[in-house]
Formats: sequence, structure tokens, C-alpha cells
Amino acid sequence: MSRYTGSGTVVLDSTPSVVSFGSAVGKMEGAGPLGSCFDYVSEDSAFGENTWEKAESRLQQHAFEQALIRGSISEGDISFVFAGDLLNQCTGSAYSMRNNGARFIGLYGACSTMAECLALASVFADSGVGSLNAALTSSHFCSAERQFRFPETYGGQRTPTAQWTATASGCAIIGAHSAPPYVKAVTIGTVKDLGIKDANNMGAAMAPAAYDTIKTHLETLGRTPEDYDLILTGDLGYVGSDLLYDLFMQDGVKLGERHNDCGKMIFDREKQDVHAGGSGCGCSASVLCGHILPRIRSGELKNVLFTATGALMSTTLVQQGESIPGIAHCVHLSFSDNTL
Amino acid sequence: MKLTESEYGKLAKRRAPGTKLYKTIPMAFLVGGLICCVGQAILDLYKSLGITADMAGTLTSVSLVFLSAVLTGFGLYDKIAKHAGAGTLVPITGFANAVVSPAMEFKTEGYVLGVGAKIFIIAGPVIVYGLAASALYGIILFAMQAG
Repeated sequence: MSRYTGSGTVVLDSTPSVVSFGSAVGKMEGAGPLGSCFDYVSEDSAFGENTWEKAESRLQQHAFEQALIRGSISEGDISFVFAGDLLNQCTGSAYSMRNNGARFIGLYGACSTMAECLALASVFADSGVGSLNAALTSSHFCSAERQFRFPETYGGQRTPTAQWTATASGCAIIGAHSAPPYVKAVTIGTVKDLGIKDANNMGAAMAPAAYDTIKTHLETLGRTPEDYDLILTGDLGYVGSDLLYDLFMQDGVKLGERHNDCGKMIFDREKQDVHAGGSGCGCSASVLCGHILPRIRSGELKNVLFTATGALMSTTLVQQGESIPGIAHCVHLSFSDNTL
Repeated sequence: MKLTESEYGKLAKRRAPGTKLYKTIPMAFLVGGLICCVGQAILDLYKSLGITADMAGTLTSVSLVFLSAVLTGFGLYDKIAKHAGAGTLVPITGFANAVVSPAMEFKTEGYVLGVGAKIFIIAGPVIVYGLAASALYGIILFAMQAG
């Protein structure tokens, strides 16, 4: 049973398993450093659809299907789907789920959504609610651009701190304790706002939230960064990651050696010219499901603290001059089911 | 650790990589200049065809707008603009791109609520304040002439 230890942290005593996972990405992500890790790479950025919104839903369905295939799971075996995306009213997920009859719980946490979905799917599974619960998120560069920024063919220049929304989706299916990877604990973060107003510097807006949630997780469970092989944030990018190191350095903690960021991993910063790295709630989801979960399953990685971060902004509030609140949630994934 | 907003703001500023001005400024200069040269060539061409200077000027603007719209349609203008920055933004071609790109982008929402309503989503402020400024200028000119 799930045990609440305070400070937003829930210990999952039954250590539910990530029984399957799947990922799907667009062409550019497929050409990136992790290209070979993803289950499905589309050469067509429209995914055979006639709008970018439908393209994103189709992309999400691919990730979901890949997870079902890997786990030899039929759609009807899924109890609950926790899904989210960046589109207004969470439509990327709602439309991807509209024909499959799954019990759908739509969530929004900007780029933190995968950790949010994974945390809830795991707590549900640990509490015996639902036999198999899916955590599923997506983002699409073109649907995000037209909602948050400019038309695709507009000749604007991006600032050096801007991040590139990944066209990517990831799905993890959580079930009762069986085989690694196991979900051991989750920490739900608080909304942090240190006054960053630049919507083109989301890494800086989210770093304080990442710092706060990781620190809370470690302190609540009496751990240090050395207890993990990898503290994986997504998606602080280059700027946000540096700021996260700065914040931990003020406590005398060197995070850099144990840390990596999905936004830094998914693209080649120089060759693919993505400025401060990747972003979007499909970025961390696809890196987790394509690259990290297989390595935990094989035992190559023993303990991973997956910490997805989100900039909880809207274009309206940014235009009104408000600063950008950030959020981060941690999920501890492990190869072993022993206590750490 | 407890940072105030201003302390964190300073830290964030320090960690933000700056624009590579040594690259962006010459590129803007070169591409912007090139567009002007193309404009001049078109103007001279029209004049050599015996078109009056006034009309040739108007036709040159129309031609540049047309070229920009075509390049936008083929998805080339934004690729040039990525390197050229203000070099492609400032000339009349940039204005054309700012109108054509939302027209293309929002076609999926239909010709009325998509193309029609959103075509000036980027260029709109330029038109509004351009018109307002010209009205103000007109009033000042009128007052000066009356006085």
C-alpha cells in the first residue's frame, strides 16, 4: 500500500512494476543522438493527418500501441490511462483516446506531465486500483508552435535560451509487482516562481522547482544524490540544468556528475541547432520510455530519479506581464525491489 | 538555500547565453542589403521598360512582396530568416512573410475564422500603429499649415 511520508512524498511499498513501455517520435528526434532507441520514428511530421493537432494525437496513439505490443497487452486490459499534452484543454490526449474506450484521466503539468502521470498511475497500481494503468504524454513541435509562438513559416529568430519542442511521445504501463523496473517512491512538487518572465527561457523558470522537489525527495527519504545512478530531469535544457547545479552548489551539493536532462539528450545541440535543448511533455516521456526504462530493465541503471519539470504558463498570462511558475515531480525507478 | 527573486534573476541572467552578435549583425547586414539590391535591380528593370519612376517604385514593392510570399509558401523564407534576422524582417519582404505565414498556418481553422481572422495576427500591430501614426502626422501637418 502507498504510504504518505509527508512533504509530498509517497512510498510505494508494493513496488509496482513498469510492465511495458513504448515511444514514438518525429523525423528530427529520430535523427538525434537517441534516434535508434525509439520504437517508432515517423518520416512524416504530419503522421498522415491533415492538421497538426490530429498529428499529435496520432503520434500519441503510436506510443500507446508500441507499449501494448511490447507487453503483449490488449487495449481492454488497461484500467486507467493518465495522459496529457501541451495543447489547450488537453485535446492531444483526449482525441487520441476518443475511440479506444479507455478510462481516461487527462492531466496538465506542462512538460512535467509525464512524471505527474507516472506518479498517479503508480500510486493507483500500488493501491491495487486498476490492474494495468498507463502513463502517456506527447508533444508536437508544430502544434505547440502555433499555440504558443508563431506560425511555422514565419521568419522569426529564436533566442539562445529558447528550447525546441520535441515531436515525441512516450507511454509507460504500470502494473502489480512483477519484474524491474520498479516504482519505489514519488514526490509531488510545489509550484515555484522566482520571477522569470521570459517565455523563451523556460529552463530558468523551472530550475527552482526541480531543485525544490529533488531536495525534498532526498531529505524526506534520507538520501543523497549518490544513492542514484542518474537524476534525470526533463526538460530544463542547458540553461536550466546549469541553474540547477548552481542552486545545489549553494548547499554544497555537486549534482552535475549524477545528473542529465532529457532536453539535453534528445537533440544534438550543435548539429540540430536547438539552442538551449529540447522541451515538451513528449521529450521526457520518449527519453524515459525509449532510452532509460530499457536500461533499468536490463540492470545497466540501478536507481533513477526521474524528475520532469514544467513551466506552468499560458500566452495570455505572459502577455499580461506575469512571471512563469514552475513545477517538478519526482519518480524513483529502480532495478531492485529491495529498500534502497 | 533561499534566494530572492532578484538574486535568482541575476543568476539566471548570468547563465543565459548571449546572442552571437558577431554573427547575427553581419548576416542581417548582408541579407538585408541583398534584398535591397534585388529591389534596386527590379526597379531599374521596370524603369528600363519605360515605366514612370512613381509606378516603377510601386511595382517594385509589389514584386518583392510577391517573391516573399512565394518563398514563404515553399517554406524557404523562414529558413533564410533564421540566419538573416532583421535582414529579412525589416524590408517589405518581412511584412509579406508576416501576413502569408499565418494565412497558411491557420487555413486548417477555415477561411473565415482561420485565414480571415488570423491573417494579421503578427502584422496587425504594424498596421494599427502605422495608421495611427499617419493620422497623427496628418493632424500635425494640418495644424502647421493652418497656422
